[in-house]
Amino acid sequence: MYFCSRFEKAFSNEDRMAFRKLWIILILSSLCTWVSAQHEAAAPQPDATEAHAEHATEAHEAGEAGSHAQHEADGPCGRSVHVEEEFNAGDNAVHHITDANAIHIVGDLYFNLPCILYAPKHGFKFTTTAAFEAKHHGIGEVAQDRYVLIHGNVMRATDESGFPMGTVTVDDYTTRDSIVNGKDKTLYYAVVGGQCYPLESKTTWDGGIMGGGITSYYDFSITRNVFTMLFTGLLLFFLFRAAAVAATRNTGQAPRGLQNFLEPFVTFIRDEVAKPSIGPKYEKYMPYLLSAFFFILGLNLIGQVPFFPGSGNVTGNISVTFTLAILTFLISTFSAKRHFWEHTLWMPGVPALLKIFILTPIEVLGIFLKPFTLLLRLFANITAGHIVVLSFVSLIFIFGNAGQSVGGSVAGAASIPLTLFMMTLELLVAFLQAFIFVMLSATYIGSAIEEPHHH
Amino acid sequence: MSFAALGAGLAVIGAGIGIGQIGGKAMDAIARQPEAVGDIRANMILTAALVEGAALVCMVLAFFVKAAG
Repeated sequence: MYFCSRFEKAFSNEDRMAFRKLWIILILSSLCTWVSAQHEAAAPQPDATEAHAEHATEAHEAGEAGSHAQHEADGPCGRSVHVEEEFNAGDNAVHHITDANAIHIVGDLYFNLPCILYAPKHGFKFTTTAAFEAKHHGIGEVAQDRYVLIHGNVMRATDESGFPMGTVTVDDYTTRDSIVNGKDKTLYYAVVGGQCYPLESKTTWDGGIMGGGITSYYDFSITRNVFTMLFTGLLLFFLFRAAAVAATRNTGQAPRGLQNFLEPFVTFIRDEVAKPSIGPKYEKYMPYLLSAFFFILGLNLIGQVPFFPGSGNVTGNISVTFTLAILTFLISTFSAKRHFWEHTLWMPGVPALLKIFILTPIEVLGIFLKPFTLLLRLFANITAGHIVVLSFVSLIFIFGNAGQSVGGSVAGAASIPLTLFMMTLELLVAFLQAFIFVMLSATYIGSAIEEPHHH
Repeated sequence: MSFAALGAGLAVIGAGIGIGQIGGKAMDAIARQPEAVGDIRANMILTAALVEGAALVCMVLAFFVKAAG
């Protein structure tokens, strides 16, 4: 924030705008898109081949059962997570857009992240995902104090189940779909010594609306999303520090390099967003608007990169957009002037009955609806874009038995340009949504601090 | 087949008509006054975002109805 505002102040001279240089972004971004589209379309294939081979051997071992291998593997606690199910595009998409405790790089290689876990009766546990010895599909082979790792996410065996504490080698994990309190849920079990123990997901505070609920432990880990946010924050910090240093050193000269790249964005936010929407007192809000813009833009763009430092779908996570919208809500509400409250709570020139029954309730609801739509817009746009890209990639698997038949190759060939197109569109959406978030924030702040017009 | 999904679809139809109107009218306006293209574009995006907001609220409500019911 500090560097953003310092940078902005160093550049009040409007002659130095260099919008021509935007072409650099275009070239860079199209390159990125090409590379990432290639990667997304190509990467799942070797993995799938491997999975297929595994499946084939298992089927073979099960005798002549062939396609009935899955049924034969079903134990008392459901089927093993190591048995490859039939490809499910929906599950695949959801798995790739949700948060995880470890970052999957390639094959069985994981970028391990620190875990900070808290269970009320057992206190804090600090470890890393490396302790779970994750192998194929992020399934850990070792349990640590009842915590296990399944599909890159930490889960915990319930206290009542009597799962042993300390380091335990887990033989297998099983899963089955069940109906709990009238809702469809996928339950997971850890199998140790032939006995299966039920596992719990981390506590969520939504009261079970999104499928979570209050469980026996809390997860404060540095997850993939947190890591991506820290990474983006640091990246922005160094970029803007370099630009700010260059800006203070070359006062009065034409900007070059990095400074020249970032300056059009800063002046754009100031001249096209802050000044028209907020009015003469815009300077006070510039640090927030610039920080929000570059943070959202950075996360949107990094979320587009499908390999290691990227891949975290941060702005497509409702908690993150919720926090950003709360910031806008707090800033606009706390800087609201008398004029704003007067027009919200007791609109002048309207009959009292109309005010009490219609206008005031609607306006009060509006105060909360404005940040609500703000958070939903960003979340829905980014998530929808990612799901569409993943669906196009999934086409390969849906059509052609994991890319091994002619159908798969044809669908694969068709899905590369489709993915490329979608990712280019997402690139536009990344800029557009960052802009709209800041634009609407500025509008809300502007309407809150508006001074009365003297008629 | 759930009514929640149907509701989400209907909300999207409404938003589609709304955003289509905004885009069409903005094109008309730009054709009439090409020099005002900057202002028109900024307002077009802002209005489209507001219409989209209404549709998103409907979609999330539909999602909650489906998850809760």
